[in-house]
Amino acid sequence: MNAVLDPIAALGRAALGLIKQAGALALFALEALSHLVRPPFYWRIFFSSLIETGFFSLPVVALTALFSGAVIALQSYVGFGQYHIQSAIAGIVVLAVTRELGPVLAGLMVAGRVGAAMSAQIGTMRVTDQIDALTTLSTDPMKYLVTPRLLAGTLALPCLVLVADILGVMGGFTVSVAKLGFSPSTYITATLDSLKTMDVVVGLVKAAVFGFLIALLGCYNGYNSRGGAEGVGSATTAAVVGASILLLLFDYLLTDLFFSQ
Amino acid sequence: MSTPLSTPKIRIRGLHKAFGSKIVLDGVDLDVEAGTSMVIIGGSGSGKSVLLRCILGLIEPDAGSIEIDGENLLTASRSRQDALRRQIGMLFQNAALFDSMSVGENVAFGIRAKHSDRSGAPPSRAQALQMAGDLLKQVGLDPSVGDLSPSELSGGMQKRVGLARAIAGNPNIMFFDEPTTGLDPIMGAVIDGLIVDCVQKLGSTAIAITHDMASAQRIGNRAAMLYRGQLIWQGDASELMNSGNAMVDQFTHGRREGPITMELRK
Repeated sequence: MNAVLDPIAALGRAALGLIKQAGALALFALEALSHLVRPPFYWRIFFSSLIETGFFSLPVVALTALFSGAVIALQSYVGFGQYHIQSAIAGIVVLAVTRELGPVLAGLMVAGRVGAAMSAQIGTMRVTDQIDALTTLSTDPMKYLVTPRLLAGTLALPCLVLVADILGVMGGFTVSVAKLGFSPSTYITATLDSLKTMDVVVGLVKAAVFGFLIALLGCYNGYNSRGGAEGVGSATTAAVVGASILLLLFDYLLTDLFFSQ
Repeated sequence: MSTPLSTPKIRIRGLHKAFGSKIVLDGVDLDVEAGTSMVIIGGSGSGKSVLLRCILGLIEPDAGSIEIDGENLLTASRSRQDALRRQIGMLFQNAALFDSMSVGENVAFGIRAKHSDRSGAPPSRAQALQMAGDLLKQVGLDPSVGDLSPSELSGGMQKRVGLARAIAGNPNIMFFDEPTTGLDPIMGAVIDGLIVDCVQKLGSTAIAITHDMASAQRIGNRAAMLYRGQLIWQGDASELMNSGNAMVDQFTHGRREGPITMELRK
């Protein structure tokens, strides 16, 4: 009897736990967003987060995009060779980079770098009473710590993805011209023919959503961390894993929303 | 038992707080008269920190009332609660300095936060940093320390900076959470002296929680003991070492044998 019911009970508990977490995360996000329209707004924290998320993530996002574009070109050349349609490589690279690889890879890189840092920083503040100290100094910790980071994440990732799009296409171009023998002008013409404004715009919308989710998970897990260094470590792991999973889930949902027709 | 003529600065009645099945505060009643320095002693886990955190609004109690100047914090509007709590300055056990800021910026943060609440226009950053230098001097630190980061300071210096930040808004209520924990006896005495000076200078009402009997007697003029979530004794701080209460005497003299039993978690 128990052998049948126990797994079902465990599944039920897990489902309830997940729903509870989702509800808590949504309330946390709503509270943070409500501070956007209630002064004061902490501009210094916002700009510092913007630089941390946007500028300092540039090298890792740029390298990831460059190599991803190059790999797509190489793989497509090998695959398409079987059907003698190597000329479609430029279109495939630009499509893959602007629609998917740019936002998703930049998002995953930023989740690992910035989401983890946000969680660790806020988590450390939590376990060392710095967040309580903010409250005793008449400063709302949500307004001070979370809201500026959410806005910075939402605005910084589209900028990073724009750079990733350009560098991803450049990576494909470099490999195609230098290694695969394509003519530069032909490749550029094919790229421009395949480049759709809608693809780029949707990629940027995805990036904004991903940036918000990364900052949200980083702040939420850090803010709710407990129990010293181990708690901060767990919060950081949860922030990166949670953001990565949510990012892929929302990637599917947004792709379905914009491109399923 | 005599009834106080004036309204106590802080009045707590029937305060309850439990975390799951663990009852931490079990009907605490406490009056702290204006200008009094109340020291609350008690073993680890007796509920001392939770009591302070309930007053500060960091933890929501399950039942009871907390009054400041006769106004119940727990039933007041959010803005009124904020206004009442703005009167409070807090020195945390580990000082809780913001490690992303310099020492000077930490103190300046306290100045800007508290002053902006009162007058509506906070001093500029430069002005606040200059005022922070004066506050650092007040707690016995050279203003040049303001350029250092908190991690570059010793525990005693961090406590001084925490004290400077706590008094930045000229609070008329001050809380001290284990102010001498982790300090050597001499530095502990120095910090206690600074606390007494600051409280007297500001004319504040103070509540300090501590395990340190020497510190308790230096800081407090009133004392109380929490045991298993209840206040089991209140009296003058001078009576601490000879209270006539078996539990208090066991605690203050650090005796292993007595009515207080240590609970070991299985």
